[in-house]
Amino acid sequence: MDYIVRAVIQAVQLITSFDDSVISIASLSIRVSLTSTLIASLIGIPIGFILGTCKFRGRSLLTSILNTLLSIPTVVVGLAVYSVISRRGPLGELGLLFTPTAIIIGQTILALPIISALTMNATRDMDRVLWNTAVSLGSSRVQAAILLLKHARFAIVGAVIAGFGRVVAEVGASMMLGGNIANYTRTLTTAISLETSKGDFSFAIALGIILLLVSFSVNLGVYFFQQWTRRASIKTGERYS
Amino acid sequence: MKLSKKILSIFLLAFLLVAVITSANVFAKERIILATTTSTDNTGLLAVLLPPFEEKFNVEVHIIAVGTGRALELGRNGDADVVLVHAREQELEFVEQGYGVNRLDVMYNDFVVLGPKSDPAGVASASSVLEAFKKIAENKSVFISRGDNSGTHVKELDIWALAGITPEGNWYRAVGQGMGASINIADQSGGYILSDRGTYLSYKDQTDLVIVFQGDELLFNPYGIMAVNPELHPHVKFDLAMELVNYFVSEEAIEIINSFLVAGEQLFFTYND
Repeated sequence: MDYIVRAVIQAVQLITSFDDSVISIASLSIRVSLTSTLIASLIGIPIGFILGTCKFRGRSLLTSILNTLLSIPTVVVGLAVYSVISRRGPLGELGLLFTPTAIIIGQTILALPIISALTMNATRDMDRVLWNTAVSLGSSRVQAAILLLKHARFAIVGAVIAGFGRVVAEVGASMMLGGNIANYTRTLTTAISLETSKGDFSFAIALGIILLLVSFSVNLGVYFFQQWTRRASIKTGERYS
Repeated sequence: MKLSKKILSIFLLAFLLVAVITSANVFAKERIILATTTSTDNTGLLAVLLPPFEEKFNVEVHIIAVGTGRALELGRNGDADVVLVHAREQELEFVEQGYGVNRLDVMYNDFVVLGPKSDPAGVASASSVLEAFKKIAENKSVFISRGDNSGTHVKELDIWALAGITPEGNWYRAVGQGMGASINIADQSGGYILSDRGTYLSYKDQTDLVIVFQGDELLFNPYGIMAVNPELHPHVKFDLAMELVNYFVSEEAIEIINSFLVAGEQLFFTYND
């Protein structure tokens, strides 16, 4: 019991003293995960929107595939990307293995299904009347689509956060693709795993606390952003259900 | 209102773009990849040994710390430029098959058998490591095996084979993890384990395990370094790799290796001191 308390105290000291290595690890984690979440959002939101609103043949099959991908293990994604970007793999010439880019590729693939699936769910149940009204009042299909997306924006922001949450917390793909290189590809999760195996629990706990703080601040930021847009929209007289 | 929203989204996009670009910039730095074992990295040796080299050649040495088997595999695939491992037979095979060149002996220490203080199998009274392993097997005491094709795992399998024992049963547990993690597991399950002395010394404060057997010639643990063959993998940074290989046996490196202490004890020994 005693050593857990000691570890937590040391962890707090590490965080409050802005330890160099802790900062470099945390900032890499945030940068890599933000980038992959951004890329996954740019691809995933349109996919989810199309699956949620358009009716076409094979849609239910695609939906099933997407839902299956939700539970894909991170190490499987890591292994798949690894075999492609290893020097012996088809994209080996690019020399991507053991770089932050490699982690971003893996994390993007991990975040994509979550963001798509949640966007799909958010847009699927939306009122067709809204679309029909917009189109009958002379909106183009693109304008109508933007209107629908605007109405679903809170749910879509939720989808993006869920995607970020998955990638910032995963260790399998980051370890395999990044190689846990100090000051280069060492993320919060791979560092926690390393320090735990080295028996340095206080450093590991410090990093764990920081990981939670990062997630918390992202969620807090999004909450304020939502409050702000909601107030702004009420001012302009827009109404949202 | 419309306008301010547009401005906001442009700002957000710009911010994210900058984030992407700045992280892309980091990728451009010159680097050389050293695939090595957890025993050289987790002990902290490389953290003091590599900076002078990095400064001199203005390069970053990126360490991938894995088991010996995995490190050699990285070299075979061309995913590393230099390999520093400890499993001499596998190293020689690696060079013979043309994957590695210019293999040099760097340093050595030895393996030790760790176990609980109570020593239920009575290993301490063994006259050789073969006898020690036989006692553990006869007593069916818990034995934690790395099980990851690392240098330590290979050595352990060699000893079992020489002792004429096929280790199997509930008491023999292959955990597939690094040296430190495996020591923790052995500690928690009150078992025996084969460890390199360096890792044991750096974990000494965090474990209740003690050395129950040491000093057998069979437990000699030599480390070798080699460059990945540029004829097989033209993309490797061979010139830098050779500089690094030569640096490891330079007077400067020898000095650093021999004066590297953990808990007041020397972890690695070079050949010409």
